[in-house]
Amino acid sequence: MTAYAHPEALVTTDWVATHAGDANVRIAEVDVDTTEYGKGHIPGAIGWNWTTQLADPIRRDILSKAQFEKLMSEAGISNNTTVILYGDNNNWFAAWALWQMKMYGHEDVRIMDGGRKKWLAEGRELSAEASSVASAAYQASGPDNSLRGFLDQVQAAVQGKTSALVDVRSPAEFTGEILAPPGLPETCQRGGHIPGARSIPWGKACNEDGTFKSAEELSALYGGEGVDGSKPTIAYCRIGERSSHTWFVLKYLLGYDHVKNYDGSWTEWGNLVGAPVERGAAHSAKA
Amino acid sequence: MKAEDYRQRQIELEGWAVNLTSYRIGPTFYCSADNVSPGAAIARTSATTREEAEAAAIDRARVKLAATRRHSV
Repeated sequence: MTAYAHPEALVTTDWVATHAGDANVRIAEVDVDTTEYGKGHIPGAIGWNWTTQLADPIRRDILSKAQFEKLMSEAGISNNTTVILYGDNNNWFAAWALWQMKMYGHEDVRIMDGGRKKWLAEGRELSAEASSVASAAYQASGPDNSLRGFLDQVQAAVQGKTSALVDVRSPAEFTGEILAPPGLPETCQRGGHIPGARSIPWGKACNEDGTFKSAEELSALYGGEGVDGSKPTIAYCRIGERSSHTWFVLKYLLGYDHVKNYDGSWTEWGNLVGAPVERGAAHSAKA
Repeated sequence: MKAEDYRQRQIELEGWAVNLTSYRIGPTFYCSADNVSPGAAIARTSATTREEAEAAAIDRARVKLAATRRHSV
């Protein structure tokens, strides 16, 4: 069996159960549903709220370097701490947090394979008490914007066909049949997808238990759509969290060198005056 | 404490596939309903029995899903 390109980017629930109390390890839970942590979390884990702690609170943006350093410091994370991230929805926002940590140069940050779902399903120990930690000194680098896709870069990629675009939303969002995931508020003016994008929903990268599929399966999944790492790749979704999950898969499990998460995603593109939009199913990857 | 009686099942509401995930922590049953594709949670409830938690999640999810517009493409 082929190994992941960076197997060190993942840890198992067994590993976490054994190492959660290690002095140099910090576990952080990041959920879509920000109330989940309070119901019960891995003993010793801290909780981050993606709506208030992992984005700029005023403008639409990731954390500034100063905001990021403050978050790390208050979490008791120093530059050499091993950080383990996990969360609900198969680690959607855990991947979002990891993406920002990598942008700001944190060396050793990993995802717990299977996330909160697997930990609960295995009946592992939980705690309802918020963890208190001593603050630590932290100095960020970057941001490394090579990991982030910006609007002008995506526009250039569409024009020049210079990058592989991966739309990780559901097929119905991709075609334009719906403007938001079923049951959620519509957040765009137009439905469809960025011209030339391939439709590879994020969930196809996961097994039923929430863990990532094997390297062979992932390689076949993305390679079958012409996304094989031979040219720069840009992943997008609606607000950038699902695509950070796919970004993690492409960058760390398959080892593609040049992968960006376009966090502006469809809420930017689908509201942009004059932006080209394709509707309906994708054309063949071979075309 | 631990999550116990973890269970998942799939149903259809208002024409959409929905996953119901429920489990118990201590005396409380929690249930979440997600929309399968893409997997976003659309209702989360808690109650003293699984049946009550699921019923409340189904009610809330049904209202939200009924408001989802389908556009012709």
